[in-house]
Amino acid sequence: MNALPCTIYVSFAGALLALIAGARSATLARVVALATAVTALVMTLVAAVHFVPAAGLQTLVDRPWVDSLGVRYHLAVDGISLTLLVLTGIAATAGVLFSWNIGERTGEFFALFLALIGGVYGVFLSADVFVFFVFYEIAIVPKYFLVARWGSTNREYGAMKLVLYSFAGSALVLAGLLWAYAAGGGKSFAVSDLAAAAVHFSRLQQLGMFGLVFLGFAVLAGMFPFHTWAPTGHVAAPTAASMLLAGVVMKLGAYGCLRVALPLFPVGFAYWQPVIGWLAVVGIVYAGVIALVQDDFKFVIGYSSVSHMGFVLLGLAAANGRAVSGAVLQMFSHGIIAGLLFAVVGRMVYDRTHTRKLADLRKMALYRRLPFAAGVFVLAGLASMGLPGFSGFPAEFAILIGTWKTSPLWAAIAALGVLVAAAFTLRVIQVSFFGTVTVTPQGPELPPLPPITLAERAGALLLIATTVLIGLKPDLLLDWIVPSLQSPLFQSVLKGGGS
Amino acid sequence: MTAGGTNLASALAGEAALVAGALVVLAFDLTGARNWSAAARWRAATALGGVAVLVALTLVWRVGAAGPVAGGSFMLDALGTASRAGILVLAGLTLALTNGARRLRHPAEFVALVLLATTGLLVMAVAQQLLLAFLALELASLSLYVLAGFDRSRPESAEAGLKYFLLGGVSAAFLLFGFSLLYGLTGSIEFTGIAAGLAQPGLSPLLAVALVMILAAFGFKVAAAPFHLWAPDVYEGAPPVAAALVASASKLAGFTLLVRLLWPGLGAVAAGSGLPGWLPVVALISAASLLLGNFGALAQSNLRRLLAYSAIAHAGALLLGVMAAGAAGPGPLFYYASTYGLATVGAFGVVTVLDHAGVGPGITDLAGLHRRSPLLAGCLLVFVLSLAGIPPLAGFVGKLLVFAAALRLGGLHSAAGGLAFAAIFLSAVALYYYLGVLKAALVTATKPEQETRLAVPASSAVALVGAAVLLILLGLFPSVLLGIFS
Repeated sequence: MNALPCTIYVSFAGALLALIAGARSATLARVVALATAVTALVMTLVAAVHFVPAAGLQTLVDRPWVDSLGVRYHLAVDGISLTLLVLTGIAATAGVLFSWNIGERTGEFFALFLALIGGVYGVFLSADVFVFFVFYEIAIVPKYFLVARWGSTNREYGAMKLVLYSFAGSALVLAGLLWAYAAGGGKSFAVSDLAAAAVHFSRLQQLGMFGLVFLGFAVLAGMFPFHTWAPTGHVAAPTAASMLLAGVVMKLGAYGCLRVALPLFPVGFAYWQPVIGWLAVVGIVYAGVIALVQDDFKFVIGYSSVSHMGFVLLGLAAANGRAVSGAVLQMFSHGIIAGLLFAVVGRMVYDRTHTRKLADLRKMALYRRLPFAAGVFVLAGLASMGLPGFSGFPAEFAILIGTWKTSPLWAAIAALGVLVAAAFTLRVIQVSFFGTVTVTPQGPELPPLPPITLAERAGALLLIATTVLIGLKPDLLLDWIVPSLQSPLFQSVLKGGGS
Repeated sequence: MTAGGTNLASALAGEAALVAGALVVLAFDLTGARNWSAAARWRAATALGGVAVLVALTLVWRVGAAGPVAGGSFMLDALGTASRAGILVLAGLTLALTNGARRLRHPAEFVALVLLATTGLLVMAVAQQLLLAFLALELASLSLYVLAGFDRSRPESAEAGLKYFLLGGVSAAFLLFGFSLLYGLTGSIEFTGIAAGLAQPGLSPLLAVALVMILAAFGFKVAAAPFHLWAPDVYEGAPPVAAALVASASKLAGFTLLVRLLWPGLGAVAAGSGLPGWLPVVALISAASLLLGNFGALAQSNLRRLLAYSAIAHAGALLLGVMAAGAAGPGPLFYYASTYGLATVGAFGVVTVLDHAGVGPGITDLAGLHRRSPLLAGCLLVFVLSLAGIPPLAGFVGKLLVFAAALRLGGLHSAAGGLAFAAIFLSAVALYYYLGVLKAALVTATKPEQETRLAVPASSAVALVGAAVLLILLGLFPSVLLGIFS
């Protein structure tokens, strides 16, 4: 009925093909990777066109897998997962375009890249918690090799830190889920069955299970104070991997919080809600302030990601319809914008200037030498600040309005975070591209930098078009997201959050 | 086939085939192959040994789960069949890898000893009686001691053999002492009779002594802490093929026998009233193994020693499966033990090929492996990730099955549940050292002049790829194995 499950299989098959193709020629591997990413993107878009939001969670595949555990290979889609599937498709395509210049072990690079993508598609499509977890862990290992092999600054440290944090998070998730599974009689891993069983758990059990599962996912979503892996890892990663890690993989954590932790343990959530809310707002402001004082271009973007993901967590913590739909919109929006920012920093600037020190970039007059990059970065910066007309605006606005209903104090502090974001974004735009050094007409002319390639232009345009489109017409996504939140599973939490 | 229709001869036809195979290998090497080159003699010996293993596999599979045999001395149940098949597959892989081993002298003797050890392991998997269990264990162990010390060109090998033999001898004494106490207490050497005898009196101090003796001996056998000290030295010093057999098939057989002895035999005193039964002791051993294995592995710079500490950690997880087997059946334990065996044989297979090529023994010596032999690097990736428990490989499903079974025993209130949690969290520690191996093999670049291609013998390549494919397939379709037990 629906080609969506094929996005997973196509990505894994593409990974294998890219590996084989890479042994012959690097170009062939690139073409295979691009074809795979585009095919999967087209599949998600076709499914999106035919998607009926009112139908709720629509099962795509459902067959027994591990009988003795009651695991079913159950894939399903609703508006929330569809939003993130489209994001994955776009981010993957842009990621391939921005890694066109990878010349070393190209086949292996794209194989790992596509394997990661396949895992991400799988997570967003899973309706069974076991299947969810399998895909979630599949997405962890490729990250290590992508960063450790093709990364830059301090890459082996960054890669190990990134992977150990992710894996420690997933260990917490596994512990919490197995606990719930065993306490529920050990019959099924389906979200609905587990949620039905969880109603009978004692309060203490709910608190413990929610704490484990949510914390595990939140580590991957970059929740303060467990966010330190994110800037280090994303800075060390090669461009396409940073785009994907910050843009999509961090969303896996937030998605897990929303999809698994909240619906399964509403009682546990009600208890932890204030803690999560406070950590989220602290994270927003703290990461923003840290971004303000970085002297490495990429670290600014890395911390800005943590700050923006704080909004997602805040939206979840606020737990009302508007805030949560805003959070999902913010996941999409940040996925696109973070991709764009990392693309400019890592690919367009660093690969040409070989420095990310703001002090060095300041003297390079990049606005004249890389006008396209400057233009893209200004647009991305504006989008990142949450200006109207870009996707960040409806998302953060909805989160703030929704949060106000739950806790005006959180909303006020988060609004302060928006100001901090504007400050560090404007600062970095100014310093990196429009440096203070004036080059006189008589002065020595700076050597020209390699021009921006066609692939880079295509990738940038794809991402800019998406953020503008959603900025102007957020209902495209909200019309999918809002009906999905009407499902009984979400309603039990949203009511508990006092909307 | 009905229970009554199976006689002893057909029940043990597989074992007979192996012994016959061992004799044929020895005889052929003495007569037909006397003037052949060493390489040809190796090929002939391993080929003949492989045939014997295949014949045994067919025979074992055809007998199937036929029920008790010879008055209950042997138990041919699902676990027995699965274990015997698993042991034979692992032994077969070991033989295939032998061809890539450093050229030891005396090929026929080596292969014959592998076959004899496998015979002992097969009997262990179906023994339902103390005497038989002990004899089988000794047959397997004595063969393995010799195999560990087989490489006479290296003093480490002799050290490994001697250490394994001395400690193994002590553990055998403990086992025999425990068994004799058990017999004295219950008046029976058959597991069913022991169970009946224990149903009445409960736990006496003498029984406690017997249990501790037996658990210590098995702790040695499966390399669980604090009886693990031999493992790193033996894994490091023994010829890697011999270490592969010690780490895989021998472990599978050990756990099969242990679970048979503990649950049907001593199940009545698992958690006795008044005095604690054997469950807390097993829990302690499991906890010690998990901690010591995982943290000990962090400090290793030698790949084989790392695999030894990883084996200790896995023994801890497997003991969880033993604790849970009373309620969940032996399915999770068997799945874990057999897939762990596959991954370990594979990892030692890679070590074997590298050892033969003069690469090693340090983890850093793996640098550049992805260029020198993409096949070896790819296989190593699968084996190590399976050991680390990453999906979709079989190691992940095994881990999950055992932990789920342990948690189902009593949630977090039971020791098993708490240990399952500890094991889950320790798996994050484990990932660190496993990634260290993979980093060396797949990430670290070397100087171009060091990047000579490594030759992988055909039989080793087939065995390694076969093991890797099995690990992927069993991970994707775990019900194939688990179906045996339902």
